Amino acid sequence: MKATIHNALALTLMLALASVARAGTLEDVQARGVLNCVVSTGVAGFAYPDDAGEWHGFDVDFCRATAAAVLGDPKAIKAVTSTGKTRFTLLNAGEGDVLWRNTTITFSRDVGVKLRFHGVNYYDGQGFMVPKALGVSSAKELDGASVCIQTGTTTELNLADYFHSNGMKYEAVTIETNDEARQNYLAGRCDVYTTDASGLAATRSTFTNPDDHVVLPEIISKEPLGPATRHGDDQWSDIVTWVLNATVTAEEKGVTSANVDEMRSSSKDPEVLRLLGAEGNQGAELGLEADWAYNIIKSVGNYGEIFERNIGVNTPIGLARGLNALWTDGGLQYSPPFR
Amino acid sequence: MTGPGAPAPYAPGTHPDLPPPVRTTGVVGWARQNLFSSPFNVVLTLLGVWFLASVIPPMAEWALVKSIWTAESRAECWGKMAVPEEAACWAFIKGRLSLFVYGFYPVEERWRVDLSFVLLVFAIVPVLYDRLPGRRHWFWYVAAFPFLAGWLLVGGFGLAPVETDQFGGFMLTLIIGVTGISFSLPIGIALALGRTSSMPVLRILCVLFIEFIRGVPLIALLFVASTMLNYFLPPGTSFDLLMRVLIMVTLFASAYIAEVVRGGLQGVPKGQAEAADSLGLSYWKAQRLIVLPQALKISIPGIVNTFIGLYKDTTLVLIIGMLDPLGIGRASLADAVWAGLAREVYLFIAVFFFVCCFGMSRYSLYLERKLDTGRESEK
Ligand SMILES: N[C@@H](CCC(=O)N[C@@H](CS)C(=O)NCC(=O)O)C(=O)O
Repeated sequence: MKATIHNALALTLMLALASVARAGTLEDVQARGVLNCVVSTGVAGFAYPDDAGEWHGFDVDFCRATAAAVLGDPKAIKAVTSTGKTRFTLLNAGEGDVLWRNTTITFSRDVGVKLRFHGVNYYDGQGFMVPKALGVSSAKELDGASVCIQTGTTTELNLADYFHSNGMKYEAVTIETNDEARQNYLAGRCDVYTTDASGLAATRSTFTNPDDHVVLPEIISKEPLGPATRHGDDQWSDIVTWVLNATVTAEEKGVTSANVDEMRSSSKDPEVLRLLGAEGNQGAELGLEADWAYNIIKSVGNYGEIFERNIGVNTPIGLARGLNALWTDGGLQYSPPFR
Repeated sequence: MTGPGAPAPYAPGTHPDLPPPVRTTGVVGWARQNLFSSPFNVVLTLLGVWFLASVIPPMAEWALVKSIWTAESRAECWGKMAVPEEAACWAFIKGRLSLFVYGFYPVEERWRVDLSFVLLVFAIVPVLYDRLPGRRHWFWYVAAFPFLAGWLLVGGFGLAPVETDQFGGFMLTLIIGVTGISFSLPIGIALALGRTSSMPVLRILCVLFIEFIRGVPLIALLFVASTMLNYFLPPGTSFDLLMRVLIMVTLFASAYIAEVVRGGLQGVPKGQAEAADSLGLSYWKAQRLIVLPQALKISIPGIVNTFIGLYKDTTLVLIIGMLDPLGIGRASLADAVWAGLAREVYLFIAVFFFVCCFGMSRYSLYLERKLDTGRESEK
């Protein structure tokens, strides 16, 4: 019956819709005029709507960078919200064109879920947050604790591994979204909340008294967070890869949203000129306009600007660059050259 | 007045009617009868009063008396209170009201949503209120309403097109709820008739459909709508997600309505159909004039129950990435400017759903009472 309904529907639609030609993601997005971007259901500093319904955040700004590159308009995005469990399904089913959502690159997601990852926009690791009142100073003291954990995430598996290898027991309180975790944790339904350290900082920043809670020193995993796309569209994959690289290269070269016009007209650095489309034809090779990267920097800024604006030390989230500093500053952010 | 023992000054049978004793009428009588009729009830009443007295004043104080209605951020809001967090900060909801109502619908086009809502009210009145003059003519409008509203909301033909993925908030709830309710009733009745029909092929098809849908959770159907369907469509085509959801929700509710109506059909004595047959009425006439009116009357509580369930289930669309009020609320709580006001958000949404669902259930009671005057009143 199910299949019959589907086939009948599909058939009707095939007849109803004229444009059935297979198009690449880039053509789809350009025809639609909007980039469908899979983000989280809401994590402070990473993805959230403001009072006017505009989306903001670190991940959303990368969506906007992608839209600026592809459509020339950073506003032309649609946020498709997803939980840890639904994000890949939504992406693979075509509900989203690209995923920027606190998502860890792993073997099984890359290979098994058939995703393409395109570099790391945030080097993260899994941490633990506990109320100060608990008097715990190390994750090793958490034997027997109840732990709030989001389903469908890498952190769920890391948690099991960590407690197992340390011979400790825990009681998992599984939840779907960050907001639910927050409520449960504050209501005392779990002693500990564990997720990416960035997520912990973001969540902690939304507490009434953030100082009553500490993030324990142990980081128990590597969580390289990055954008993902579906298998099978190399051109689109290249675009997302180089959108991220463009923001990092711009920071390496000192190109900011403030000086990008000046740099484009007067820089002596050939790589900057190539990046901003004043020389060469890299835009055309990607299938984009020559000023694709210029549009990114002009509208959302370079990597450092995106970081500082959304989650940096001067925001309520207050994350230091740490591993996410440029490689020249002792961090890991490193872009292949624009050559 | 005469003293005790004195003979009554009235001749037998001429004593005027005295008012009933105070203790059996008015407030006192009502209270004695309903609240204090037995020791057990006295205890229950006292417990109830104690419970309300200890819950309502703090609630009212939190939600109304001390609440803050204007502020730019949570910090400012709490700063205005004697003790931070002691009262509701409705400024948050107020500032985001349009987000909660319209979702991401373009601001300049929102009049179209308002207009559709007004039109909806005009479409509902003739359906619910049978003493409306010229009700018959109104039905043309009611039948045209879904298309009219669809055109207004989506645009095209002169209006700027608006993608349905910009729909959100209460407007989305209403769209899914109203569509599901209005289409599932006729489909459900047809399915119920099919299931009780004497034609085997039709009957088996209806049974299969109903049992399949009832055997699968709505969530699964929504997932099918949002993801699986794309695998059956040619690559590159996209069939509007909201449309897919509307179809799934309607099919889901139809199956349940069908079962409720079948229950009603079975409650109508067989003699009714036989009597109709013997009058020479055709199947359709018999159903329309004799059987269905009685069956539907019996089914009202079940039907409305299904509608209320459907209405509340619309919140499930959140899982497939559509932002109904709950989704908007959840995402809003991640805005560092406001985060921490979860109680306000959930209470606000709860009130909205309560008003809608309570309204539906009161209407169903009214309808039951109105129709409960015996068979003659059936028109
Ligand atoms: N990086 C991990 C965890 C990602 C994750 O789900 N993090 C949470 C907490 S920061 C989140 O983004 N939640 C967003 C939501 O609930 O929508 C993964 O990829 O599995």
